[in-house]
Amino acid sequence: MALVELRNVSKIYTVGDEEIRALDDVSLDIGPGEFISIIGPSGSGKSTLMHILGCLDTPTKGTICLDGTMIHNATTRQLAAIRNQKIGFVFQFFNLLPKLSVLQNVELPMVYAGASASERRERAMAALKLVDLENRSRHRPMQLSGGQQQRAAIARALVNNPRIVFADEPTGNLDSHTGEAILNLFHKLSTEGHTIALVTHDPEIAAVTPRRIEIRDGKIAQNIDARLAGLDRTAFTLPKAEGSAAAVPDPA
Amino acid sequence: MNFSTTILIGFKEIWAHKFRSLLTMLGIILGVSSLVAMSAMVKGMENGMKEALIAIGGLEKISVEPQAIPVYQKHLADQATGVTMNDVYALQKSAPLVRLIQPTMGMRQPTITRAGKSFNPWICVGTWPSALQMNEHVIRYGRMFNDIDDEQARNVCVIGTAVRDALFGDPEETGREIVPLGEHVNINGRLFTIIGMFEHYEGELEKKKRMLAREAGPAPAATGPTRRRGGGGNNRRGSFVFMLKNATVYMPLNTMWVKFRASAGTNNIPDPRLTLLNFKIADVEKMDPALQQARNVLMQTHKGVEDFSFRTQESWAENITTSIRNARMSGGIIAAISLIVGGIGIMNIMFASITERIREIGIRKAIGATNIAVFVQILVESLVIALLGGVAGLFTSFGLVRILVALSPGDNAPQITAFSMLIAFVFSAGVGVLAGILPAIKAARLDPISALRYE
Repeated sequence: MALVELRNVSKIYTVGDEEIRALDDVSLDIGPGEFISIIGPSGSGKSTLMHILGCLDTPTKGTICLDGTMIHNATTRQLAAIRNQKIGFVFQFFNLLPKLSVLQNVELPMVYAGASASERRERAMAALKLVDLENRSRHRPMQLSGGQQQRAAIARALVNNPRIVFADEPTGNLDSHTGEAILNLFHKLSTEGHTIALVTHDPEIAAVTPRRIEIRDGKIAQNIDARLAGLDRTAFTLPKAEGSAAAVPDPA
Repeated sequence: MNFSTTILIGFKEIWAHKFRSLLTMLGIILGVSSLVAMSAMVKGMENGMKEALIAIGGLEKISVEPQAIPVYQKHLADQATGVTMNDVYALQKSAPLVRLIQPTMGMRQPTITRAGKSFNPWICVGTWPSALQMNEHVIRYGRMFNDIDDEQARNVCVIGTAVRDALFGDPEETGREIVPLGEHVNINGRLFTIIGMFEHYEGELEKKKRMLAREAGPAPAATGPTRRRGGGGNNRRGSFVFMLKNATVYMPLNTMWVKFRASAGTNNIPDPRLTLLNFKIADVEKMDPALQQARNVLMQTHKGVEDFSFRTQESWAENITTSIRNARMSGGIIAAISLIVGGIGIMNIMFASITERIREIGIRKAIGATNIAVFVQILVESLVIALLGGVAGLFTSFGLVRILVALSPGDNAPQITAFSMLIAFVFSAGVGVLAGILPAIKAARLDPISALRYE
């Protein structure tokens, strides 16, 4: 069974008399352990798709099943719990809380999950270690470089062991070199079994993922797979990769 | 997310904006301290008034006064006896709810003279030694007259300090306490021996004023011819009572009757007519039954003619209660308004604070904060500001009271009560919660997506 199942999902905004279909009858499956990218130009509906997948928004029509739970008609309270437990977010602008230290930022999802202080600390340090930032745990986000901040954000996304991580233009605010390092990190996480969905407008970035879903005008435009969504595994190479392409296992 | 973490976050948020939080708190600080200081001043006022009430004999003192015969009994006018000694004995025997009785026989225009000086006492009456207890008098020098003095109608009297001040000299002016025991004075032409003197009665207020005057040293000598300054100045009700009480002359009842009966208008031998009859009831709670009992007894001795009436201190006590309530209410309203203004300040700053933290709220929601968690966080921040302000306000109230005392040292000493502090603190907490609710609702309702996109 797929981790995420979207069936005929539409998101319709009504502005005045005009009806805007941000998502139009989208069906999509994401399996556990997959590393996918959702690609499309701005205004294509890829962000809407990510918000709906990420339980930040609810669809107008259609059904969504995340990890066996139907979420298309969940209450805000349930959605908050799902976001907390099953989903990790990485944003373009890192979105770390500037007043908290890196460690406190990483602990934050567990605060809302109700973990004890010692457990929070232990798991946050483990997550920071995963992104190689354990020696910066006492720093403020502003004292870190962009790449380090994004790594801290990734640690925060991973700390509650989510079923899926959504990354919205994670390299969009970084220089190309740092961006590559972040992509490599995602790659590494993917090989460790994490399910990751990258949202980007950049085909070059989308090219690093084994599976790409292209959104145009609210619909899935390119569906290169026998199944519901495109999966051109043969085309997959890590751009400018340090010879790690072969190391990437096939998620299927 | 547990509560202690929420409070900790609230404190951190306030600490992150120290100056802004302090300014916000200032409204609550001022509100709480003015509430406490106001109630302390009212308490001081109340103390002063209660002091005066006790000085005139307390609530349980009741006077029986002669009264015009009611219209429907006019035909019995010649049967009317007035208040007499007969009533005193009857009450003593038959009214168990009456604890203490003091017959009083007055005289017209009492003048007490000595060596070219004269004084018109406010009270110059013949009475029983029970007058001491009845009117809360204390003998400072000498003794009260006793039953033998009364029996033999001796020309002895006990005076208040105002009489001494007028006839012998004021200690404030002469610099020493003159004790005129054994001295002779003339009361309406008859020679009396002073056998006792009461202590000097004064309220807290007068005492303080006297002390202040003493500290300030002698007043600068008035220029020009000697004169009395009219107007009386700050004669409030309280100090007025003490002034009158000091101008008292007591003599034995029999002395008054035998020596001044014509002057007193009480010449119907053998039943001496009284001008006034005071009694104290055993229990203030049983005011009505006691009055009823006394009335029943007196109706017997007066042969059914209701030529007497009762005067209680209730109206005085009610006046005190009313003026206290008014003062408390007006002060309370002003203080409450300032607290509410403080609350509006908190609300304002909370709105500003969530507006600048919309993104933060979006992030918190994205990583799993429920609407309730966000609501509680904002509410707790507001509450913490209010509570910190409340505690600081309680401390500043002591300072405020000191300032008030320094500004007008002659007034009744304000007294801070624990109850007023509690009320003010609870009120500030309530203001904090109320001020936090709207911003907290606004924050909780933020849509996570637009909050995340907010620049």
